[in-house]
Amino acid sequence: MDKGLTTRQKVEAGLARRRRKEYTFRALGALATAVGVIFLAVFFASLIGNGASAFQQTFMLLDVELKEDVLAPGGELDLQYADFDGLVRSALRDVVPGVSDRSERRALYRLVSTGAGYQLRDLVVADPSLVGTTQTVWVPAASNVDMLVKGNIDRNLDESLRPLSDKQIGWVDVLDQQGRLESRFNRALFTNGDSRDPELAGIKGAVMGSFYMLLVTVALSFPIGVAAAIYLEEFAPKSRLSDLIEVNINNLAAVPSIVFGLLGLAVFINWMALPRSAPLVGGLVLTLLTLPVIIIASRAAIKAVPPSIREAALGLGASQMQVVFHHVLPLALPGMLTGTIIGMSRALGESAPLLMIGMVAFIVDVPGSFSDPATALPVQVYLWADSPERAFAERTSAAIIVLLGFLLLMNLTAVILRKRMERKW
Amino acid sequence: MSFLNRALTLSATAAVAFLISGCGPAETPAAKDSAATGAAPAGSQAQSGRDYVYVVGSSTVYPFATVVAERFGRGSEFKTPKIESTGSGGGLKLFCTGIGVDHPDVTNSSRAIKQSEVDSCAANGVTEIVEVKIGYDGIVIANAIGGASVALSRADIFMALAKEVPGEGEGELVENPYETWADVNPALPAERIEVLGPPPTSGTRDAFVELAMEGGCQTVPWIKALKSSDSNRYKAICHTIREDGAFVEAGENDNLIVQKLEANPGAFGIFGFSFLDQNAEKVKGAQVDGVSPTFDAIANGDYPVSRPLYFYVKKAHVDVIPGLRGFLNEFSSERAWGEEGYLSERGLIPMPTEERSAIAAAVRNLTPLSMAGQ
Repeated sequence: MDKGLTTRQKVEAGLARRRRKEYTFRALGALATAVGVIFLAVFFASLIGNGASAFQQTFMLLDVELKEDVLAPGGELDLQYADFDGLVRSALRDVVPGVSDRSERRALYRLVSTGAGYQLRDLVVADPSLVGTTQTVWVPAASNVDMLVKGNIDRNLDESLRPLSDKQIGWVDVLDQQGRLESRFNRALFTNGDSRDPELAGIKGAVMGSFYMLLVTVALSFPIGVAAAIYLEEFAPKSRLSDLIEVNINNLAAVPSIVFGLLGLAVFINWMALPRSAPLVGGLVLTLLTLPVIIIASRAAIKAVPPSIREAALGLGASQMQVVFHHVLPLALPGMLTGTIIGMSRALGESAPLLMIGMVAFIVDVPGSFSDPATALPVQVYLWADSPERAFAERTSAAIIVLLGFLLLMNLTAVILRKRMERKW
Repeated sequence: MSFLNRALTLSATAAVAFLISGCGPAETPAAKDSAATGAAPAGSQAQSGRDYVYVVGSSTVYPFATVVAERFGRGSEFKTPKIESTGSGGGLKLFCTGIGVDHPDVTNSSRAIKQSEVDSCAANGVTEIVEVKIGYDGIVIANAIGGASVALSRADIFMALAKEVPGEGEGELVENPYETWADVNPALPAERIEVLGPPPTSGTRDAFVELAMEGGCQTVPWIKALKSSDSNRYKAICHTIREDGAFVEAGENDNLIVQKLEANPGAFGIFGFSFLDQNAEKVKGAQVDGVSPTFDAIANGDYPVSRPLYFYVKKAHVDVIPGLRGFLNEFSSERAWGEEGYLSERGLIPMPTEERSAIAAAVRNLTPLSMAGQ
């Protein structure tokens, strides 16, 4: 630069270049954000586009005659061997007349879900006096009918290429014209356990499995994590050993989750002989997984409490423990809780470690305790994504939506807790 | 502040109580071991008795076994069996770890049990194993519905996918030079060879290699001669799939393969017949040796790439684990595995009638497996 220039001139000479640089940097930043937002939008759009239809399910209105000679042949109700399916089938034959051929009948029966018979049985179990009457009930239609109604099966395709024949589509149209088909809210998705029939499959088993697991995880990892963090921050003497422990905890947070699954298999199942596939073991494994996250978050929260508060308390004669429990802990608690909730939401989304301890399994019965066999939500997503039946595709997306809903809820709780309890110094 | 104090003390107490109760069973591994080797295995431990059937094994049999389990669970007073998909080899390994409530009752397998597995079972006290064949599964080579319809021979499959193929002279092997299907056989389309298939851990891969690749491999006379003279070399030639990118390991998820085929009409995929059956408007199966993969062609044995599916049961567990006998009877009932049974709707190819009734009788009598008889 020339010596004759004033400072102002020097600045002005470089100004255009500096502005250009700043503009480019801002544009790049905006671009990066836009790319992230677009990916997220595409992800949510495809998820909701695929999964939204799973919250509706096609039902079929049937007038079922609960014949006494079928249900109670000897005058006594015999639910174990009663042919409820037969009753459903004859009701269906009444609606669609003129189906006599054996193979045609079989094709007709495939329009209604196997769940219809179970639904009738539950009805009769609840009220045995119904035997002998005719009941008008909405029963789930088979998943292929549901797919046809939702437009996921193209009726213009060649007959050999689609799962429903021309005849079956004709029958569906007959039912539809009679007002016997209706799209209703898919309650089964929330009240049933897993099933191989898509129209009966639900996520309740997986949700309960995840719930029990997280209960175990939070009951163990929160107190242990907080206690470890307090000891390390407030009481532990600074030494080589405590440095080593700190490095190891930080490393543990980065260990791939499958490793914790292997550890769980070796320690909890093989050595401690806890039951396989149980939420108890799943919770223990997830505890190992979340502990480092909680310890690190809690230590950071304790570190953020200003030393002046500790010093003031000590100066007024409080003991070390009183300082911690009366002053440091309440102030650090929002941060600790946030860390715990974020750890929990990571635990909720894990499936890899559960693979090793037998929780990737077909389990129909909804678990009722910590030792019943169970799966978890992400595992259910994995299992459904791998099923050949078409209707599981939309249910997979629906299960993901529910899982994301839970995650969102947990993260929201973390944000609200932080906002409410946060203190400024 | 006292509220926080109390809350913390409470949760700490709860955690301690939990830890103590959780560690309870740890004190009894010795008891467990003695129960595992004892004559009256399960049920002897009242506190850890299992009231449901525990099944592990093949991911190919999983879609069928789960349907049977669900029907059985809904139709009886027993709990629904728990079914883990571990793969055939993994299932047999778990199955052979011992007798007792901690070990599976049944393992599914997409191949027959091996002598080495019978031995390892016996070493752990699992001596009486009942083998139950449940039907057949076809392995299809399919491409997108919009792609070319092809008729492959097993020799074509071997030539297209083997790592090394026979060269000009006898006994000479060259690195697989074929890039398009037309290079292999001029009757096939001039498209780049791209096949999506399962990884080596899969039973489907094992069966594909044994039935399709080895079948094609045997059409070369000098390699066939190796089978008796140098069986290791024979296996190495026939069973090794090329690794230059023409064969893509697409994971165990067959739905994913179907999706990829839709997106890429030039590619072929290898998967079980049930996925072709369920996705007939998206993908079509190639003819193998002149036979299309249809239900009937697999059932009467015309389609060459098909294999039997099995499950194995511990005789010692029957009548001890509640519901196990009922589960076996349900699986081997006509309404399940019969020609018009519900398993055939899921894509399981039924066995001939006499074979079904013979096996059903063996299930009722729990005739144990004897390897000498095979």
